Amino acid sequence: MSNSLARLQSVWQSAPFAFAFVGAGIIFAVTLAANQGSGAGQIVSAALAFGSFYALVGIGQMFVITSGPGNIDLSVPANIALSGAVAMKVMAGSDAMIAVGVLAALGCGTAIGTANYALISVLRIPPIIATLSSSFVVQSLAIVYGRGLRISPPPLLADIATNRVAGLPILSILVIALAAVMAIVLHRSVYGRFLTAIGQNMNAANLAGIQVGLVRYATYVLCALFAALCGVMLAAFSGGASLNMGEEYLLASIAVVVIGGTSVAGGFSNVSGVWGAALFLYLLVTMMNTFGVGSGLRQILTGLIIVAVITLAGGKRGARD
Amino acid sequence: MSGPIEDVALVALSGVTKSFGAVRALAGVDLAVRRGECVGLVGHNGAGKSTLMQILAGTRTPTDGRFALAGKDIPIADVSVSRALDAGIRCVFQELSLCPNLTATENVRVRHATLSGFGWRRKASRLLTEALDSIFPGHGIAPAATVGDLSLGRRQMVEIAINFIVTDAAEPKLVILDEPTSSLDQSVASQLLAFARRFVERGGSVILISHILGDIFSTANRIVVMRDGAVVADRPVAAFDRAGLVAAMGHVAEDRDGRREAPAKSLREGEPMVVAMPPRQEDESRVAVHRGEIVGLAGLAGHGQTALLRLVHHAVHHRSRYATVKGRMAFVAGDRQSDGVFPLWSIGENVTVRSLPSLSRFGLVSSRREAAMEREWKETLKIRTPDMDDNILTLSGGNQQKALFARALGSDAEIISMDDPMRGVDVGTKREVYERIRQEAGRGRSFLWYTTEFDELLHCDHVYVFREGRIVAELGRGEFDEEKVLQASFEEAAA
Amino acid sequence: MIGHPDPKLLRAAVPALSLALLLVAIFIIQPRTMSYFGLNLMLNLALPIAFATMAQLFILTVNDLDLSIGGFVSMVACIAATWLNETPLLGIAALIASIAAYAALGALIHLRNLPSIVVTLGMSFVWLGCAVLILPSPGGAAPAWLTAIVKFQMPFVPLSIVACAGLGLIVHLGLMRSAGGVVLRASGGNPQAVARAGWSLLKLKVTMYALAGTFGVIAGLILVGTTTSADANIALRYTLLSIAGVILGGGEFTGGRVSPIGAVLGALTLALVGSLLSFLRIAPEWQIGAQGLMLIVVLALRSLVNQFEERAA
Repeated sequence: MSNSLARLQSVWQSAPFAFAFVGAGIIFAVTLAANQGSGAGQIVSAALAFGSFYALVGIGQMFVITSGPGNIDLSVPANIALSGAVAMKVMAGSDAMIAVGVLAALGCGTAIGTANYALISVLRIPPIIATLSSSFVVQSLAIVYGRGLRISPPPLLADIATNRVAGLPILSILVIALAAVMAIVLHRSVYGRFLTAIGQNMNAANLAGIQVGLVRYATYVLCALFAALCGVMLAAFSGGASLNMGEEYLLASIAVVVIGGTSVAGGFSNVSGVWGAALFLYLLVTMMNTFGVGSGLRQILTGLIIVAVITLAGGKRGARD
Repeated sequence: MSGPIEDVALVALSGVTKSFGAVRALAGVDLAVRRGECVGLVGHNGAGKSTLMQILAGTRTPTDGRFALAGKDIPIADVSVSRALDAGIRCVFQELSLCPNLTATENVRVRHATLSGFGWRRKASRLLTEALDSIFPGHGIAPAATVGDLSLGRRQMVEIAINFIVTDAAEPKLVILDEPTSSLDQSVASQLLAFARRFVERGGSVILISHILGDIFSTANRIVVMRDGAVVADRPVAAFDRAGLVAAMGHVAEDRDGRREAPAKSLREGEPMVVAMPPRQEDESRVAVHRGEIVGLAGLAGHGQTALLRLVHHAVHHRSRYATVKGRMAFVAGDRQSDGVFPLWSIGENVTVRSLPSLSRFGLVSSRREAAMEREWKETLKIRTPDMDDNILTLSGGNQQKALFARALGSDAEIISMDDPMRGVDVGTKREVYERIRQEAGRGRSFLWYTTEFDELLHCDHVYVFREGRIVAELGRGEFDEEKVLQASFEEAAA
Repeated sequence: MIGHPDPKLLRAAVPALSLALLLVAIFIIQPRTMSYFGLNLMLNLALPIAFATMAQLFILTVNDLDLSIGGFVSMVACIAATWLNETPLLGIAALIASIAAYAALGALIHLRNLPSIVVTLGMSFVWLGCAVLILPSPGGAAPAWLTAIVKFQMPFVPLSIVACAGLGLIVHLGLMRSAGGVVLRASGGNPQAVARAGWSLLKLKVTMYALAGTFGVIAGLILVGTTTSADANIALRYTLLSIAGVILGGGEFTGGRVSPIGAVLGALTLALVGSLLSFLRIAPEWQIGAQGLMLIVVLALRSLVNQFEERAA
């Protein structure tokens, strides 16, 4: 028993993203078997579409979590709601305004990320509390700003969010490409290296000449930008921004990062695992639906998987301090 | 209480050794402490004093040897905190073991489990006040004050008092005071020493570790001198004089050919690259580093040298009241785990991290140039590994240290500061690194080198000796020898 | 230092002052609230928040964070509105089991040295899932005895005020004054020293998690007693509110520095902000934003006090 646990742990350490993909594969196979092999294409296509949103917020959250123990962004859902609403209002349903609307949403994200890091560094409050309190304010802004009629997204943007090319959702192709770029940023760029150094040992990173404050600031802005982007696409996907459309992404954004094999203790992460975990979470829903299991059992299973994953991965080194 | 002094030792160690990996901290120590005596324990950095005390207090188990409490042999595997506490051994550690979020009274409760039930707070408060009153008359510490709000000195007073408290369940028989006066001011320190003498007269025992030799002479009955993990002298206090004691602590340096030859002209000319002042310095003394110079920071560990290096490092990018730095700087950590190594990275990544911007184009690190740098430094410093892509922790301590040296030496830094970087490093590695440092200095690089090993000072052009956060001596090349450094490191008396 | 206010005192007074300020503002704008029924109405829904905040406080004391308390209170509410009403024995057994589960979580987190944030994040899914299973659609009915207790009309002073005061006082006595509470807090302040003094960190952590579970259960019961029915999402926002309440009440994120009385005041303050805004005829949309701003202002003040303290030292 403890032997096989040890073996599992060593697999985890060499290919931490594998679990998410293997898990997704198994669930996919089980679902197919239950459906007598029909509808495979549809399931994959839906998983990619819905997984894109998880992946989008997950990648941003992953960069923040990589920057070290205690770093987390709880303002993601509020950010999604506000940015989505801002984008829809600026675009006002016109294709010509898409670029402006996206820029407005990204500007909104930048402002939120800046505010988050300002609270962390100026007031010296732990990131959890800082992003929590800023999320309260942002959420209020979103409610007030998004009040009134629901504005439909411009048709072109709605098409991008919902249509397919060769059976693959356009959105998922874009997010996969973005993920590839972010993987390069994480593993090959100077910024990514500095970030993983800070996540492993902030003190040593500072002594190695890294401008710790600057890198952390960039990271909080990056996460906020991804959440803002997710807000825009989510609004486009669901025919307009709604206030609670970000709600489920608080827990989900952290869940995909953890299941994807990123160390919560910081300094060790990978982008592909986030995608694997995003597919995994969505396929789990599909499987449970196939078996006619209600959302309750699905939630329980999701939760237990997160606890199991962290139990397997954790214990290697101290987590919060 | 002043009964006849028993002959059975409270605690007796014989042939005790302790190794940390390949490093031997204790090489067979014999030590016995009897009732009613105060043992003064002295020795230079790394002599093994702290390790020995941790074994006495039960927080570390010895590797080998015999351990007896009150005449009864205890298997060394069974040495534990609770055994030591049961035997009445209490230890005032250098790093405080108080809970800063609790009041002083509440800390008494944490340490003495029997204080519970209704009215515990009043009782604990009374015990603490009594102890404080008898040790530090006029202390002015409210037992209800939160420890985190107290000054460092007062925290130390509370810590000391808690260890001398006598409860119904336990009384202190042997109290270990490890540099107890380091954060106390003069009058309070002498109160403590006077109390220690009274405690000993009443039949208690004390082990006193101090860098203030005057305190040792005034308080101890017996002085034990440690050097290189062994006891080298153990005699009544009357058998020592100050010069003899200092001489006993030093050792004959075997390797004097390491001494740097004097360059043709003095390096201490022109504008210095670094000027720094310890925050507690009251006079005009400043640490100055010139181009191509190796400047040593000496003195006992923890007397402000590392703090000065931090301060200088901070001044590279920030405005500082205490230091000005002209030039790029790199840092070599001594505490590899907390200041140096990135534990999840390969050896190569650990080497290149300081140089990434110059190894990259458009923000992306060039694998080719990175690999080239890794290869170059693997060979230059002879890092013993089959593959620079292996995890840094697969290396021995000495080779990890080489990787940290490579990080600094391979960077574009003009000044390299080193925080006692040779801790736990084998002799061969040391030689290689010394050689390299001399070459680099010859090419115009400057070094600011804090070291706890005297032999390393011989490589320096200029040495500053620190004591209690201040520069107390400045010695040019040829002016310093071990005796002078020791003389300056240990204070004459509680003046 | 002479002539300057004592920073420690200042820090302790901030929660009480902000609540007093808030109450005064409410009374001025809407004098009718200064009555038995007015107060009862405003504070009714604050009581379960205060209990949930206390549960969070126990977890924060040992340097952990509980992201699942909202889901947990929701689940308890669902149990109370169904099983506890229909088959009381099953209901009681389920509540005891859920407290045991909390204690087990504490043990798991300590033994495997896991980040509490992630474990409790996972558990929040589990609790929510259980809640949905037990009560798939909003409804159920609170047991009559529970409603009777919660709605009991105390003479002169509303029950919610008495209960809040009692809660703050009891936890203050237990955690801040008793000999056992001291050790529990010590394990948040300097775990190594506590272990070195011979205490079991495992037992201490399990105790704290069990206490958190217990107070979470009470919060859920009171909530159902007040609303008389439940739904699976009824208390999800308690997670964030409880963290904010502890911090607002003077608690620190790490180091075992907490204040039970402050936490109750913090929870009340957060709950009353909504009332103030509605009396000011400000749209309820701003309520949560006002809570956030208040949190930021208090934290900014505290940071100022700390910096002032550092400079004085």
